[in-house]
Amino acid sequence: MTFEVPKVSYTGKIREIPLGREGNTVIVGGESCYPFHLFEGEMPNPPKIAMEVYDSEPEDWPDTALEPFADVIKEPAAWARKCVDTYGAEMIALQLASTDPNDKDISADEAAKITKEVSDAVDVPMIVWGCSNVEKDTDVLKAVCEACEGRNLIIGPVVEGNYRAIGATAIGYKHTVVASTPIDINLAKQLNILLGNLNVPDEKIIIDPSTGALGYGLEYCYSVMERIRMAALIQEDERLQFPIISNLAREVWKTKEVKVPESEAPLLGDIKKRGILIEALTAQCVLLAGADILVMRHPEAISLVKESIKDLMTEK
Amino acid sequence: MGLSGIEIFKKLPKTNCGKCGVPTCLAFAMKLAAGQAELDACPDIPDDVKEEIGEASAPPVRSIVIGTGDRAVKLGGETVLFRHEKRFENPPAFTLLLSDNMDEAEITSRLKKFNDIVYERVGVVLRPELVAIKAESGDASKFGALVEKVCNETDAGLVLMNEDADALSQVAKSCSNRKPLLYAANKDNFESMGNLAKELSCPLAVKGSNLEELSEVSEKLIAMGLKDLVLDSGARSAKKALEDQIIIRRAALLKKFKPFGFPTIVFPCEMADNLIKETMIACQMTAKYGGVIVMSEIEGHSVFPLLLASMNIFTDPQRPMAVEQKIYEIGATNETSPVLITGNFSLTYFIVSGEVDSSRIPSYLLIKDTEGLSVLTAWAAGKFAADTVATFVKKSGIEEKVKHRKLVIPGYLATISGELEEELPDWEILIGPREASHLPAYLKQWSM
Repeated sequence: MTFEVPKVSYTGKIREIPLGREGNTVIVGGESCYPFHLFEGEMPNPPKIAMEVYDSEPEDWPDTALEPFADVIKEPAAWARKCVDTYGAEMIALQLASTDPNDKDISADEAAKITKEVSDAVDVPMIVWGCSNVEKDTDVLKAVCEACEGRNLIIGPVVEGNYRAIGATAIGYKHTVVASTPIDINLAKQLNILLGNLNVPDEKIIIDPSTGALGYGLEYCYSVMERIRMAALIQEDERLQFPIISNLAREVWKTKEVKVPESEAPLLGDIKKRGILIEALTAQCVLLAGADILVMRHPEAISLVKESIKDLMTEK
Repeated sequence: MGLSGIEIFKKLPKTNCGKCGVPTCLAFAMKLAAGQAELDACPDIPDDVKEEIGEASAPPVRSIVIGTGDRAVKLGGETVLFRHEKRFENPPAFTLLLSDNMDEAEITSRLKKFNDIVYERVGVVLRPELVAIKAESGDASKFGALVEKVCNETDAGLVLMNEDADALSQVAKSCSNRKPLLYAANKDNFESMGNLAKELSCPLAVKGSNLEELSEVSEKLIAMGLKDLVLDSGARSAKKALEDQIIIRRAALLKKFKPFGFPTIVFPCEMADNLIKETMIACQMTAKYGGVIVMSEIEGHSVFPLLLASMNIFTDPQRPMAVEQKIYEIGATNETSPVLITGNFSLTYFIVSGEVDSSRIPSYLLIKDTEGLSVLTAWAAGKFAADTVATFVKKSGIEEKVKHRKLVIPGYLATISGELEEELPDWEILIGPREASHLPAYLKQWSM
């Protein structure tokens, strides 16, 4: 019996999407094979990591996650600069958590002002993420689009309930949108079709199929990402041939397991290393499922994942 | 795999005797084809036919058992490349590596940690499974002594690592009753290793310096009559290891390439210079087809995340994980603590209990059996109807635990509140938030 390498023949390709403003763009996507299956296709643009910045001081983070940012936690712009200058962030993800009506409920104008400040402070591409309240996000993200015209921000989450309003504004001010759907390949495809019908250009769409943390439903997201990639690459489903984003840090860092001290749960080991590894392993799983952009928090988890991406891309 | 139900049916006795527990031979054949029945259940199949069907219906990746009794570990048995296509069958075995070069105290402490670490999650026991013992000192008596020590201190399954067949043979004979995995047959020693594994009926690892060599040695061992093999492609970098694991699994599934129809053994411990990075590589192997995953150390902070990853990836996508129906006490509850109710889909439980926990308001969480369905789906399927909820609340014993009578139901089920008040006349029904993430804010303003 002679051995022959069974290769998959791919017929589709993921679109390449340029992010950020002219002169400082980062390109994501472009894969012509399953994630890191480099023996049978190409990944011209390795996955990118966006570092989280919050619009106001977070209240529920464990100390292990706060510690690297303790000096900038109250100033989003300084926080973003630290991510770029100290930690070499390739992208920034501004989480507008305070806009949540169930939280601080800051106004759309205030959110837009903060976003502008952060955007002025750094050159790297920037993701701006709302609070996932359909009505509030519509107001906030529209104001953000207007305030940062021409910066080619990545705006999300854009959902079925607000894609028209946000999509149209994003087209007007030349931003990219994150099409967000709840762990369902058909809904993901449907929203991309709707965005296309609205004339959002294909090079302005990123897919967010939802993310769960390790131990908290990660498997659903993992499989929906694998299915999206399969449809895009093998079944030539062109409405799914977009890069995938995974907004994973906030899911990871709210779980019980990153917060329990070793004194209360000795078998779970060192709390800091555990939190970093839970974030890094969540990232590792979604990378292998097909994510192109990871939104992450802890600098040590980020450097682990960066190293892992490098190891998977290059022969030693 | 391979044979359809009809093809199997043609070979069955067609007596419809029902001794297998299924009323007809056709139904039994269908179950066999779907992997839901064992061929041995039929008492009337002649042995040769049994072998023929067994061969043809066996999964393309053979199931291998390492270890015995409670601590027997099953690997392989896989039938798909992606979990959504059906499910992955047997999660990887995280394995602690010990060397006969390590000092006694180090070995004792690592082994103790290995033994201590056991977690329970959604009723599933998660733990590192195997201990690999590697001969590095060149001193056969040291190797023997270490194996003896490990045998005395743990019931876990073993991997015995010594490529010198003679030296391995002495030690393996002393503990062959534990069904250790023998590591490894290579292109030079495969005959003596193969004979040893046959003699002791132990599973045998096969090592090649690349896939080509691995397939050649594996094929020779199959020809010698060995059945239980575990494959090491020799890859020791993340990229190459991913490639090899994918090719091995594909060759077994898509090409029915017998020499690769076995679970694998991988060595993150030889691919990184620290445990944290090793853990990243082990995670990669968990998602992409690693079987025995050998780690230099087992620490709670490294192996717990790996076990979570493994549990997630190996969850059956067609069967939602469910938690037990009962009262869960979160924090130091007392007779004035809030009472909340929701379904028993494990994700619902984890998220709701996590949010209640982070609110720091001690609460009773009533988990009602909804057959693993989420609240809305459960309601639509009649598993969260007012009458069944009421029966559960009355029987749960919550009325003895709290002096108030206020029950918080999920916001999405506001529609059942009226009916529920009729069914539970002593209780006031409160409508909680729709999203679990709003629970902390809700509980903070909750008053008895």
